[in-house]
Amino acid sequence: MLNTLLPILLFAALLLAVIGAGKRFFMWRRGRAAQVDWLGGLLAMPKRYMVDLHHVVARDKYIANTHVATAGGFVLAAVLAIVVHGFGMHNRILGVALLGACALMFVGALFVAKRRLKPPSRLSKGPWMRLPKSLLMFSASFFIATLPVAGILPADFGGWILALVLAIGVAWGVSELFFGMTWGGPMKHAFAGALHLAWHRRAERFGGGRSTGLKALDLSNPNAPLGVEKPTDFTWNQLLGFDACVQCGKCEAACPAFAAGQPLNPKKLIQDMVVGLAGGTDAKFAGSPYPGKPVGEHSGGPHQPIVNGLVDADTLWSCTTCRACVEECPMMIEHVDAIVDMRRHLTLEKGATPNKGAEVLDNLIATDNPGGFNPGGRLNWAADLNLTLLSDKKNCDVLFWVGDGAFDMRNQRTLRAFVNVLKAANVDFAVLGLEERDSGDVARRLGDEATFQSLAKRNIATLGKYSFKRIVSCDPHSFHVLKNEYGALGGNYEVLHHSTFIAELIAAGKLNLGQHKGGSVTYHDPCYLGRYNGEYEAPRDVLRALGIEVKEMQRSGFRSRCCGGGGGAPITDIPGKQRIPDMRMVDIKETGAELVAVGCPQCTAMLEGVVEPRPQIKDIAELVADVLLEAPAAVAVKRVVEEVQ
Amino acid sequence: MQPKPLNVLCLVSIGAHPTSGRARRAEQDARAVELGLRLAGEQVQVLHAGNAEEEALRAYLGMGLSELSVLQQPDGADALPVLFDYLKDSGAQLVLTGSQAETGEGSGMLPYLLAEQLGWPLVVGLAEVEKVENGVAQVLQALPRGQRRRLQVRLPFLASVDNAAPVARQSAFGPARRGTLWTDEVHVLDDDLLSNASFQPARPRPKRLKVIKAKTGAERMKAATAKAAGGGGQVLKDVSAQEGAEAIFKLLLEEGVIR
Ligand code: SF4
Ligand code: SF4
Repeated sequence: MLNTLLPILLFAALLLAVIGAGKRFFMWRRGRAAQVDWLGGLLAMPKRYMVDLHHVVARDKYIANTHVATAGGFVLAAVLAIVVHGFGMHNRILGVALLGACALMFVGALFVAKRRLKPPSRLSKGPWMRLPKSLLMFSASFFIATLPVAGILPADFGGWILALVLAIGVAWGVSELFFGMTWGGPMKHAFAGALHLAWHRRAERFGGGRSTGLKALDLSNPNAPLGVEKPTDFTWNQLLGFDACVQCGKCEAACPAFAAGQPLNPKKLIQDMVVGLAGGTDAKFAGSPYPGKPVGEHSGGPHQPIVNGLVDADTLWSCTTCRACVEECPMMIEHVDAIVDMRRHLTLEKGATPNKGAEVLDNLIATDNPGGFNPGGRLNWAADLNLTLLSDKKNCDVLFWVGDGAFDMRNQRTLRAFVNVLKAANVDFAVLGLEERDSGDVARRLGDEATFQSLAKRNIATLGKYSFKRIVSCDPHSFHVLKNEYGALGGNYEVLHHSTFIAELIAAGKLNLGQHKGGSVTYHDPCYLGRYNGEYEAPRDVLRALGIEVKEMQRSGFRSRCCGGGGGAPITDIPGKQRIPDMRMVDIKETGAELVAVGCPQCTAMLEGVVEPRPQIKDIAELVADVLLEAPAAVAVKRVVEEVQ
Repeated sequence: MQPKPLNVLCLVSIGAHPTSGRARRAEQDARAVELGLRLAGEQVQVLHAGNAEEEALRAYLGMGLSELSVLQQPDGADALPVLFDYLKDSGAQLVLTGSQAETGEGSGMLPYLLAEQLGWPLVVGLAEVEKVENGVAQVLQALPRGQRRRLQVRLPFLASVDNAAPVARQSAFGPARRGTLWTDEVHVLDDDLLSNASFQPARPRPKRLKVIKAKTGAERMKAATAKAAGGGGQVLKDVSAQEGAEAIFKLLLEEGVIR
């Protein structure tokens, strides 16, 4: 009897799965067009899955091993089950292999079940609590049903009662694992995830690459939508990406805005996009809500505006664009792109940038700096430093990109320190002076792509007039934008953060440094230097050269917690239960360090805004400048000789 | 039934950013448009006399207007006559404008001269229109230190707004790009006064020295917010126009305003 029932069940489930897949595919395709490598992507997918995705998953050994066993066992078991039971190839070797696959899957599923006994709050409950049972049911049923094939039990063992039980078990198993995959069950992540890896919008990320710059909006076409209003305004592969979410909540656990009690949870946001994609309400969401916003009050559909239906605007404006969620996401979903896309619509179409947003953008338009300061005062901080202007010199080795910190008294100390370092190392450098403008970072992250592009284009035109080898900046935001986001507008430069440059100078023996004497030090990784650009080592090298042994925070390196200053978050200023910089200061205090080294004007401002008593905050450039020693004669002579030659 | 929206027309000019001097939407004119949008929604008409090519005009469109009319004029032409010509047959019931332009002459005289020529009442420092009934508007006029005066004005009237009016909404790129600038060729009149005049940089008005003897923060706060108490002066009540005028004349002589 099983021999007739099993093929029917299997093929019925497969048929339903194919129908579901088609439906789902057309749902994604409601999004806007996107350039993808259809075939190449599919071919690259297994490697992306096994290398890139596993690389992220492997940070959590428990779930990595569990997943390998369960998923590997399942894929093998499914294929073999179709061959053995579907097509009735009752071959003994195949039977034994199928038994092995089922056993592997069963063991994996046990560990899945164990994790679900007391699930951490970041995990979603609801149907996800059912999944381990379905996995166990699938593997156990096929295991027993295969025993006769493998010749371990007689063919008619157990009679019709067992056959019935097994049929029910198989039916349950294949419903969850075959067509549940394409009809929106928890297993959807496997189906959508695989295709998401194939047609990812940032294919450069695979194979160890990095792609963090926001994508440019086409402003030349007046009919192209300005950002995302409705789910269908996303590109179709973005929609596909949302569907790949496994609701693991790694993003939620890393999100500083969520931890601060601001109304943002990146996991919920992605799930809301899925709701928008398919239409409906968020009532079925079984994870942590946006802090302060009960679940079940929002709904949307593919052609309905997202904001103030599905998602409230303050959710979008809470994000600091720190990329912690993207870094942690095992499905390599791009949360920040989605958030900025929706912000673009709010700013460019609705004129609804909250709080100080409108003022800052107006200032950027009228004065090229967010504070609305007289652009003529951009070089006042260096009035006594005798800096060379690139407009006088026309070419130089290093263009020192000063950034808007030029208008901020605190940051001027950093800038002056860095100038001291440059001078001590005899670097051939110059500044743009009044020709420099805001890099456009804040405008872009507030969704004002038009102002960003206007600033960027004018900066690129200015830079195009001169020749220089490299750009060095003390501001990771300018650094990131110049390095990764000007390219799409025609500006390609070699850009360095000042910590990288100082590390180079030290390695080349160009700096004569003493030892740091200010007590113990910890280091705060700026998001736009670390996660955005992968520079974790240079700042630590510099600190080490000063004789500092960095007391690392628990969350450092790629797990560094944002200071709260990115993405225009201090401008939009969405209230929460606590402030992000305060939380970061707690991280800092836990190390017991007396001083925290930073490498970003934003971080400096945010952390110095925390009430005392707290550790002192110093930029790396300041720490280096503090211990600069007069160059010994030998070096000085050598340099003169070089110049003569 | 929704009452018929008021026929509101806003006059706007090109502004200049206070620190960079770059062209922008003028702060007060943008507030006038904001008030207009609140009163008449998208029905509000917006009018500029000057150069239709000026990109800064689009910043007004970015507030959500679908169109803006421009009476095309070269720089330095007198805006008054063309505005008068346009307004007298425009059917506008309320004309809103900023108190003073940020560029050009910036004398702040335009609302007065225009109201005089049209023969309409002028409300200076309009803060809010509370209601309009039977051709009469009840409005709030802003006085110094946050005080408000309730006025009844018959339509049509002209009103200038200053910083007491609601802050202008953000100007968005999309509507700014989509909006239409309609150009009307008008007869150009040279502004004799302007062409014969010579410009000189403004000198900041000297500030009255305020000696604060306060010792505590609370006292300082009080001193900072207190009305400028002249001390002298007298209140005249129930006097004839003749007596009143004489008293004013006498004061002006004493203060050296007229000699
Ligand atoms: S978005 Fe990524 S990290 Fe967040 S819950 Fe989904 S899969 Fe996990
Ligand atoms: S970028 Fe940072 S703040 Fe924004 S959602 Fe992700 S983790 Fe949260």
